[in-house]
Order: sequence, then structure tokens, then C-alpha cells
Amino acid sequence: MKTDALIDRLSVSAPPVPPGAVWRKLALGTGAGAAVSFTLMLAWLGIRPDLAVAVATGAYWMKFFYTLLLATAGFWLVERLSRPGARSRTQMLLEAVPVVAIAVLAVIELMPAAPAARHHLMMGASAEVCPWRIVILALPVLAGVLWSMGKLAPTRLALAGLAAGLAAGALGAFIYAFHCDESAAPFVAVWYTFGIGAVGALGAVAGRFLLRW
Amino acid sequence: MSDAEPRLKALMVSALDGDGSAYRALLRALAPHLRAYFARRLATPEAEDLVQETLIAIHTRRASYDRSLPFTAWLHAVARYKLIDHLRRAKLRRTLPLEEADCVVAGESEESVSAKRDVERLLAALPESRRKLVRQVKIEGVSVAEAAAQSGLSESAVKVGVHRALKSLSAMIGRGS
Repeated sequence: MKTDALIDRLSVSAPPVPPGAVWRKLALGTGAGAAVSFTLMLAWLGIRPDLAVAVATGAYWMKFFYTLLLATAGFWLVERLSRPGARSRTQMLLEAVPVVAIAVLAVIELMPAAPAARHHLMMGASAEVCPWRIVILALPVLAGVLWSMGKLAPTRLALAGLAAGLAAGALGAFIYAFHCDESAAPFVAVWYTFGIGAVGALGAVAGRFLLRW
Repeated sequence: MSDAEPRLKALMVSALDGDGSAYRALLRALAPHLRAYFARRLATPEAEDLVQETLIAIHTRRASYDRSLPFTAWLHAVARYKLIDHLRRAKLRRTLPLEEADCVVAGESEESVSAKRDVERLLAALPESRRKLVRQVKIEGVSVAEAAAQSGLSESAVKVGVHRALKSLSAMIGRGS
């Protein structure tokens, strides 16, 4: 087809695009993925029975905010990386802030602890299962985020996939925290972060193939 | 590029708001820029395919443009992505210095494209055998010895042929044809 004819055809099939279209698309994919993931958590693991007591503790909110802030920064980065030519340095730095904060909290908890207690602060009672459960709960979210991003226009595919993975991992961890009854900052700093990072790596690999357009 | 930005951006914003004629004007304005951008790096039929592919990408991905950012930055990133994607698919293991690949809307690009076209037009006026010699020796950089071997002429005949061809080319340019 001639280029001019193509232009004519394109220009008669261009409905208006609302300014919030990108966020709407991302919210759709993420929301659907998170709903599946939350249902999976309820059916497979269940909400911790002592939730009503736990919400009165700082440890509960530490996990809550660590994962929530990481997910928020992650989705902002996802949004930037879905737009060609947009800068994303600020969002990358923001993504690192919660990780640094939880590392500092972990060190503050570990320092005064007796050497025997340190091991428990790190390993808790569920270190072997925690990261993998986070990965599994994050998979539906990752699928949703990659679907949304695929409809947009990421130009750095591996990086965009990594951001999608980190955001999905953080949201998966947020959902897992409704079940998980670990309360030590070192545990969260190591095992939550490890699970989220694993989803990030998965996203980076998947992004290179799934995000092409 | 600095004058193009406000004009193209205004067209894009109107287009996103549903103004079909602004959208058509935008795409028409972008096509020659894209053509020049791709023609610098690819053969002609390939470049035109990529122009169309990029126009379609601009169309289907137009929602990803953030109205608070420069339009040309968005356009460059889309065109560069399409170029890299094309090279990857074509399995051309050519490394592309990115800083060279980042201006779609630039003056010199169209100049170089039209210069190429002028050379072709002038060459077309030469007799077939001489045209081939000039193309080989002066454009493709084939050595005189190789050109001689290929054409069956002696080396001095090749040199003389090229020399005469260039002389008649410069005469044509002098006449302004």
C-alpha cells in the first residue's frame, strides 16, 4: 500500500484518547492479576488467624508498608517505562528507597540481639517457603502487568520486564503478608526481598519476548 | 527540530483529542522525517516498509504519549525502537551506535537523502558501461584492478573510463541539468 493511502486510512480510524489512558490500562491488568492472586492466597494459604491482634503491632505495618511502597514505586516505574522517550531515573531511585529502609530496620533489630537470637530473626519459621510463595502469588499479577505493558509501548524490553516483575513481586508479597505471621525486620528484608527480586528476574527474561510490539 | 517541536506537539495533542484532520496533517508531516531517518540506515524498499510500520506503531501506541513531555522525544524513541526491532528481526548483526540513531527530525538527514537521489539521477545519464565503472570504483570502493578483472577491460582502460565519466558528470552539473 502507498504510504499516503495508509495515512488516510489511519486518520479516519482514530478515536480520541483520554489523558489517563495509560494508567487505566495498567490498572486493568494489575487489578485483574491482583484479584486472582488474592483469591489464590485465600484458597491455598488463608489469612493468618491472629490478624486482628497483629494489626496492633509495628511489625505488621512494617511488612505492610514495605511491600506497598515497593509496589507503588514499581508501578510508577512501569508507567514511565511504558512510554517511549520518558525519563525514569527518579522512579528507579524511589524503587530503592524502601529496600534501603528495610535493610536499616533489619540492622537495627539485629545489632542488639544475642548471637543465638539473630539466627531466628533472619530465618523465622518459614524461610524455606516464603520466597517461593511470594513468587507463585506474584505470577498472576506479573501476567496482568505484562499484558498491560504489551498494549503500551515499552522500548527497553528487559528493563521494562524487570520493573514489571518488581512491581508484581511487591504486590504478590503484599498479598502474601495477609497470611504470613513472621514479624522480624531481618526476615522480611532477606526473604521478602529475595522473592520479589526473583519475580523481577523472571519479568526481565519474559519481557524480552513478551513485550515486543 | 526546535521549530518542529511546538508544531508537531500541537498537532499530536489535537489528534489525541479526536481531531482527525490534525491527525492526518501530523502523519503527513512525520512521513518525510521518518523516510529520511530510515533511508540513512536501510535500502530504499526496506526503509519505506519501516516508515509504514512506524506510522502504524505511532497510531496503535499513540495513547502512550505523555502530553507533558516533548513530542519529538516520543517520536525518536518509537522510530528507534522500530529500527532496532527491524535489525534484530533481520538478524543483521550490525551494532548500531545509539547516539547516531536518535534524531528523526533533523535537517542534514533530508539533505543526505536528496544528495543520494541527485547522484543516481546524474549517473543515469551515463552510458551503461561507464555508469557501472563509476559506481564500482567511486561509490562502492572496488579497486581498479578488481573492476578491470570483472569488466574484462585493462586497468588503464578502467581508469580512463572513470576519468571521462567524471568529466562528463561535472560538465552536466555545470550545465545545471
